[in-house]
Amino acid sequence: MLRVGMAQMTPRLGDLDQNLEKHLDMIQVARAQGASVVVFPELGLTGYALRDLTLAVAMRVDDPRISRLIRESTDLDLVFSFIEESDDHRFYITSIYASKGQALHRHRKLYPPTYGLFEEQRHVARGETLTSFQTAYGTTGLLICEDAWHPSSLYTLSLTGTGVIYVIAAGPGRALSGSADSSSQQFWQRMIRTHAQLFTTFIVFVNRTGFEDGLHFFGHSFVAGPDGEILFEVKDDKEGLHLADLNEAQLRSVRYRSPFLRDEDPESALRRMKQALRAGRENG
Amino acid sequence: MNADLHPHVLQTLARLRESVRAAAPILVDFLRDEVEKTGFRDVVFGLSGGIDSALVAYLAVQAFGAERVHPVIMPYRLSSPASLRDAQAIISELGLKADLVEITPQIDAYFSRDPSASLLRRGNKMARERMSILFDHAAVYRALVLGTSNKTELLLGYGTQFGDLGSAVNPIGDLYKSQVRALAMQLGVPDAILRKAPSADLWEEQTDENELGFTYDEADALLHEWVDRWQTRAEIEGLGFAPELIEAVMRRVRLNHYKRVPPIIAKLSSRTIGIDFLYPRDWGM
Repeated sequence: MLRVGMAQMTPRLGDLDQNLEKHLDMIQVARAQGASVVVFPELGLTGYALRDLTLAVAMRVDDPRISRLIRESTDLDLVFSFIEESDDHRFYITSIYASKGQALHRHRKLYPPTYGLFEEQRHVARGETLTSFQTAYGTTGLLICEDAWHPSSLYTLSLTGTGVIYVIAAGPGRALSGSADSSSQQFWQRMIRTHAQLFTTFIVFVNRTGFEDGLHFFGHSFVAGPDGEILFEVKDDKEGLHLADLNEAQLRSVRYRSPFLRDEDPESALRRMKQALRAGRENG
Repeated sequence: MNADLHPHVLQTLARLRESVRAAAPILVDFLRDEVEKTGFRDVVFGLSGGIDSALVAYLAVQAFGAERVHPVIMPYRLSSPASLRDAQAIISELGLKADLVEITPQIDAYFSRDPSASLLRRGNKMARERMSILFDHAAVYRALVLGTSNKTELLLGYGTQFGDLGSAVNPIGDLYKSQVRALAMQLGVPDAILRKAPSADLWEEQTDENELGFTYDEADALLHEWVDRWQTRAEIEGLGFAPELIEAVMRRVRLNHYKRVPPIIAKLSSRTIGIDFLYPRDWGM
């Protein structure tokens, strides 16, 4: 049984120390409730609408504040996120999966959106790699917000049979589009459920809360099971720690009944994609 | 509303009204969050007796409680007595204490040196006088000034720069007039206020729709198609909007864009305010 603590939180914009304290407090609460892993939202350590504050809040992975958090992962696992500065001074939106006091995996956001209200690529670089990793709860993947809008991200993770994907987000609400069924959380929920069903995997979606410069982050974190059903859902946009129990055995029966993973042929798919790319280039 | 409008447009208006069903709690949280993180606890705003400031009053009381909400009523001698009555109805309904500041003495004193001044100049002067009174009251109450301009007014530029457009936080600036009405109705704003014709109340017999030359319903539907749904001029014409109306609305939006942005600064240095000195408004809060 995997007990996921979803830390649906409101970071204070640009205030690393206060956000770190809040992380530590929520970890304490999750620990007391027997969580196996605690998942914080995208840029939980820094806040989202950073713009030029990006430079001020960037941390290297060996920053003492990052080390402090990683040390908390002795008896439970952690997923947290911040602005990472690389040795060659590129800046990334990064999440780390920490376990047993070590950084087990680092994921750099592949698709920092730069359209509409988003301006991430003015300030951060694109991550370039995506791999799954092994935890005590099986093959696991990390994605950050916009990464999940690209099916190739999920497809790539599925190639290694990934059974749990953590999608952490700073999703702003755009609820008043004039159409009752297009509020942002419904968009997200529909998409994540579809991914979970197509790639027969658990997907844990943890979104932040609060307001920054008028943006309303809508919370509504949830877990979708490998058959696409919602297993757990936070029904509000408020800060809070929520626990959801995932039964890994569900993967076994779902993947037997819906053998998409077994029947997928990635080598042949890759050949077809290359052909399609070539044809696309030739057709201009 | 023009009866020739395409049914699609009527549906759009109905959907716009419907879409605010869940907006109030978000706006209440927004007010509390954006005000309190600046270190302030109180808010001040001008209460005219119209629907926009009435809605702001209802939202603010939900966010802060009546004690921390300070409306200021600022009539001029030609303001409609009905406006004052409506403002007072809101005050008593919500259990608020309001300040009443007549602006007649300073406005008349100023224009006594230029009695031929146009209605427009007088109206703008009144709007700026009210703004200046609100910011002074903000200092008295240690409060932030709430804006009461809706999305339709902001887009059309139907407001006075550094007058009623001046505020610290605006909870209703992303709601069209028709959405303001729907939300106000939902929150229990008195009927008399919901039903009357919108007016800036800057001079007698003034109504917004007469002055603009089109109705808010038409403007809302057209703006929603153009701004939110990215429809082209040709597509909007196809929905039954008259080309002259489209031109009038689009022209207003374009010509008044300067009112929606900070003053431009000549770029000389490597980092210039408003151009590439890019920090969030909520920096450090």
